[in-house]
Amino acid sequence: MTLLKISNLKLSIGRAQILKDVDLDVGRGEILGVIGESGSGKSVTAFSVMQLLPHAAQVSGSITLEGTELLTKTEAEMCAVRGRDVGMIFQEPMTALNPLKNIGDQVAETILVHSDKSRAEALATARDMLNRVGLTEDRFPLTRFPHELSGGQRQRVVIAMAIALKPKLLIADEPTTALDVTTQAQILELLKKLVAEDQMGLILITHDLAVVAGIADKIAIMKSGEVIERGETVELFANMREPYSKALLAATSHQPPRNPPTIVEDQVPVLKVENVVRDYPLPRVSLFKPGGHFRAVDHVSFTIHRGENVGLVGESGCGKSTLTRAILALEKTQGGAIHIDGEPVSCGAGASFGVRRKMQVVFQDPYGSFNPRHRVRRLVAEPFHLLGSDAPDGKAREKRIAEALENVGLSASDADKYIHEFSGGQRQRIAIARALIIHPSLIVLDEAVSALDVSIRAQILDLLADLSDRLDLSYLFISHDLSVVRAITDRVLVMKSGKIVEEGETESVFQNPQHEYTRELLAATPILETALKARGVG
Amino acid sequence: MLVYFLKRLTSVVLSLIMASIVVFVALEIVPGDPAAYMMGLNADLSAIEALREQMGLNASAIVRYMSWVAGMLHGDFGISYTYKVPVSELIADRLWVSLPLALFALVLSTLIAFPAGIIAAANRNKPADFGIMGVTQLGIAIPNFWFAMLLVFFFAITLRWFSAGGFPGWSAGFFIAMKSLLLPAVALALPQASILARVMRSSLLDTLSEDYVRTARAKGLTRQQTLWRHAVRNALIPVVTIIGLQFSFLLAGAIIIENVFYLPGLGRLVFQGITQRDLITVKSVVMLLVFAVIAITFLVDLAYAVVDPRLRRQSR
Repeated sequence: MTLLKISNLKLSIGRAQILKDVDLDVGRGEILGVIGESGSGKSVTAFSVMQLLPHAAQVSGSITLEGTELLTKTEAEMCAVRGRDVGMIFQEPMTALNPLKNIGDQVAETILVHSDKSRAEALATARDMLNRVGLTEDRFPLTRFPHELSGGQRQRVVIAMAIALKPKLLIADEPTTALDVTTQAQILELLKKLVAEDQMGLILITHDLAVVAGIADKIAIMKSGEVIERGETVELFANMREPYSKALLAATSHQPPRNPPTIVEDQVPVLKVENVVRDYPLPRVSLFKPGGHFRAVDHVSFTIHRGENVGLVGESGCGKSTLTRAILALEKTQGGAIHIDGEPVSCGAGASFGVRRKMQVVFQDPYGSFNPRHRVRRLVAEPFHLLGSDAPDGKAREKRIAEALENVGLSASDADKYIHEFSGGQRQRIAIARALIIHPSLIVLDEAVSALDVSIRAQILDLLADLSDRLDLSYLFISHDLSVVRAITDRVLVMKSGKIVEEGETESVFQNPQHEYTRELLAATPILETALKARGVG
Repeated sequence: MLVYFLKRLTSVVLSLIMASIVVFVALEIVPGDPAAYMMGLNADLSAIEALREQMGLNASAIVRYMSWVAGMLHGDFGISYTYKVPVSELIADRLWVSLPLALFALVLSTLIAFPAGIIAAANRNKPADFGIMGVTQLGIAIPNFWFAMLLVFFFAITLRWFSAGGFPGWSAGFFIAMKSLLLPAVALALPQASILARVMRSSLLDTLSEDYVRTARAKGLTRQQTLWRHAVRNALIPVVTIIGLQFSFLLAGAIIIENVFYLPGLGRLVFQGITQRDLITVKSVVMLLVFAVIAITFLVDLAYAVVDPRLRRQSR
């Protein structure tokens, strides 16, 4: 029998039509994957089921849970449904828990709100639930506070809260997007197990086709407030009809065309990192003993040649960001040396302009990395101050700005606009233009495509590949996403606990990983082709 | 927790030492003769010399500083030049008025501000919110001495419920003394409560948009339950900071209100000390106020650790 049925769901806020016509259904023990890019309305659909919508939202249509209409229920009636019949898990585990309450109380709260059980009984159930999600009593007593847990562990607590009353339906809104790949694999495995054990229905909302291809029974693809295609997973992937779905599929495993660079071995390398060490002091335990230190980067060495794209992969906390900051001379090192074009990057009082002009960086967040009060002209021209008196002015400056914008696929007239007039993908192009404008030898791309939708990501990857070939640029491409690294890099470094554990040609590392950890990472990464093959498609 | 406590305590002691040096340097070392300043423009030289002798100004700066600090540690703040009584007695007398008044005002302000801020936040952009925001805007805008005069006019002169000013002393009985502090406390509390209510409201609105509030709603908690069980405690952290600042201000900043109600408080003592060039009294009272501010900051820091488990962990 159908557990949840959404039909003709329409939702508007003011004049904006957010959901145009959504039809979905989930049965008991069934996993429905809802896929869409940002703005497609997938999260709003989930919140419509929970009736946790902004006040101004106008909803019509029908959402029934086991035949009972949810849209006509009062707020008080919905409070009884939420948490008891429908549980929900969110994207950001780091902020989803109240920092001032311990995990036992937070899990027990779900039970206390919906039943007459005593606090002791509720805490006992909370204990069972935490055990079920893999947080055992010896390491995770109920008195732990959220800040004492990692992201993956916090997500397990959120799951324990959601399943505490064995709800009929579980909604997971991007539950693994903020997690590392190995943690993601574990959480997905856990969700799958819980669905099977409790015969829950699960709506798994994600932007990542590869994630749902592995575990969903049914898939719905959403685009601008509509479900444009849905069906059984295997069937849907085998016979995709809609052009948008096909484009999405193509973008997910997009491989930008590249001309592998010809490396001249005896040339001075663009970047040479030798035995770099970075220690952080730990807080003192006693007033009289010096505190210890934490080695974030442990004797790391590698080189990047002209025109070469090198990937640096690793999970959060592995030291890749610290290493990047050291290369960018934003952080002191405690040992080793870094050279850019043969010039030492001084770690003392910060690098000179002469060194800094050889490197530029593009960050992850296209929304936070621009001053909203400056025009694009000024934003893009910012690195010119590194050139000192060599900086072009007047006509020459305008020409350089136009050239940088055109190089990234924008037009020279965009220089007069403000940053809020651009979408996320366009902003990332502007960030790249800003990096390009002083013709650096090295561009550091720090998770530069991680925040982008797959179709935009494919475009940016194409752009990066094209620029690298055309302008003979070198990239240090830092990412947690192995499939992206595979698509764009020539060589890859795998980092774990501050050390480079494996280094080699990208294809050979992916085809034939030598280190245990690399194999673990690859096994945990959801790959669309592999997932589909396992289910007999493609 | 113990390490956190000791760390904060160390910083308290260091701040006090720094502050005492600053006060000492500003009043005694900076060019200009304190004795000549205290005697006024027309004093004759022998009188100034006598005062220098009396104040011990002929000793070296280090010796003077050390004996001043040692004296304060024993509760000996010197003899007031104008009142000819020990400064410690003066301060003790005044503190018995100022401290209860400040506490009274603070309790009133908190009692008004918490519900007002919470109601405003819970009813954002509804009439209750607009009403509270309007009243608090007025509360900040109205000078509190004018409000104090209105209170006197209405409750003391027209209704004759209270006396218009003065302080009968605690020996007259607790309730009688408190009654004479009520109007000044209300006058002091009005602007403080207005500011605090606004801080409470905006802090609560911030926490209400946090992810964990959404999580709590998804568990099936009602709006009310979410507010009380998850949002309020998280919203308290900036509010506690403001309360600490307000208390230190109320202790010495009540001078205008003390004048309106003719209360013998600390603010008036400082004011009189300054106008009568009684540097001995000024120096001691300033030090006392510095001590009060630092002590309150210390208490606020401890309150943070009680509210927030993340701070407790840092200390482990």
